[in-house]
Amino acid sequence: MSEVRAEMVANVWKVVAAEGDAVADGDTLVILESMKMEIPVLAEDSGTLSTLAVAEGDVVQEGDLIAVID
Amino acid sequence: MLESVLVANRGEIARRVIATARRLGVRSVAVYSEADSGLPYVADANAAVLIGPAQPAASYLNGPAVLAAAQQTGARAIHPGYGFLAENAEFAASVVAAGLTWVGPAPDSIARMGDKINARNLMEQAGVPVSAGTREPVADLEAALAAADQIGYPVMIKASAGGGGIGMSAAADQAQLTAGFETARSRAERFFGSPAILLERFVPRARHVEVQILGLTGGRVLALGERDCSVQRRHQKVAEETPSPGVSPALRTRMLAAAVTAGEAVGYRGAGTVEFLVDVEAGDFVFLEMNTRLQVEHPVTELVTGIDLVEQQFLIAAGEDISFAADGVTPAGHAIELRIYAEDSKRFLPSPGTIMTWTEPTGPGVRVDAGYQAGNTVTPFYDPLLAKLCVHGADRAQALARARSAVEAFEITGLKTNLEFHADLLASDEFSSGDYDTSVVGRLRP
Repeated sequence: MSEVRAEMVANVWKVVAAEGDAVADGDTLVILESMKMEIPVLAEDSGTLSTLAVAEGDVVQEGDLIAVID
Repeated sequence: MLESVLVANRGEIARRVIATARRLGVRSVAVYSEADSGLPYVADANAAVLIGPAQPAASYLNGPAVLAAAQQTGARAIHPGYGFLAENAEFAASVVAAGLTWVGPAPDSIARMGDKINARNLMEQAGVPVSAGTREPVADLEAALAAADQIGYPVMIKASAGGGGIGMSAAADQAQLTAGFETARSRAERFFGSPAILLERFVPRARHVEVQILGLTGGRVLALGERDCSVQRRHQKVAEETPSPGVSPALRTRMLAAAVTAGEAVGYRGAGTVEFLVDVEAGDFVFLEMNTRLQVEHPVTELVTGIDLVEQQFLIAAGEDISFAADGVTPAGHAIELRIYAEDSKRFLPSPGTIMTWTEPTGPGVRVDAGYQAGNTVTPFYDPLLAKLCVHGADRAQALARARSAVEAFEITGLKTNLEFHADLLASDEFSSGDYDTSVVGRLRP
């Protein structure tokens, strides 16, 4: 299992993946936006996206859980 | 002179404009979002009005809220700073319609220069050199591929309504153009409300050099020297200097004349900037775009000319003469601006957070335009600019030496900043030599 967490305070601009998706290492899961910059959040492992903890428009804090890959 | 001015902006530029207003006895009004109530510029102004929540669309981009704040405080003029509403012709027109003074060019000048394709066609007609490129928006990928074949690869993909480097990318061949086109379109739509895309010939070794112009009340347009803005990351400027070490006296004369022609072609009034791309190999230049407002990096021009550009904006907006002799401007020495961003020094990723300590450098030739102080929180809602560290020296060597000491003395804790990057830039042979181009950051951070 691998957890994907936010590296910084940001707004969730786009959710690209959905719970249940099969994802590969390096796939884009969501795109965050902070300080007028888009920051793609990537899968760090291959597997099934069992949890997607954010929705478009959410604000995430540094360290917040974004997704879990099993 | 103006009686009062509302500054429709935030951070360092709001503080900068308010400082000149105070010096000239002009009553100043600040507007702020819920995220910015603790910033220094809010306290600096004579009055301050909360205009909405943190999201820019609900506050600093909310024209009616800004106008209501002016009405509420009796402010007679509006200075837009840069970004936000500064290049919004519709907003400028609504300010004028409300009977207020717009500190900027006529709404019509903003509209004509705001669209990059329109601006380039207009400049071509006026005799200003432009790059090979599309003369109307490219409708779809098929049209883009056909246009690129005509222009010749590599090409630059740009948002026609864009700015700040957002949505820009270079394509070396058909495959890269295919991949980049849709991305550029969706970003253009999202950030600028228009998916119109243009293609231009891409210049591999280029410098980005701009000319400060000032359109006077009587109609004359002055050129106040150039600024080299070639140090960029993600197509956004990080450091600027004047004079440009890559522009010969003969080239400078031609560029300044072209900038005056550009300003005259649109009947320009007030402070504006004409951006050019200099082809290093060919020793030639083409028009890129015109910014119809005060530029972030205007302090370097102020340092070498001794002119307060915001004061001239106020005077011209009031229909008065400028404060200096139009024919007597001789830039002296060398000035460098370093943009201090809330981002890490390696990958340049945003780093919002709370500023624990903030110690600014001081000394001869050092000017700091800061938007924040210790205790402030830098939020993810706005651009990462914390402060502009500017230095002036008798020559480039002295300016570089002062910049290096000032970067070392600048201490900001609590969040990541790009101060370490600036130290590396100033220590690099490439920047120190002056012989750099727009790829310099990529070579320092491969």
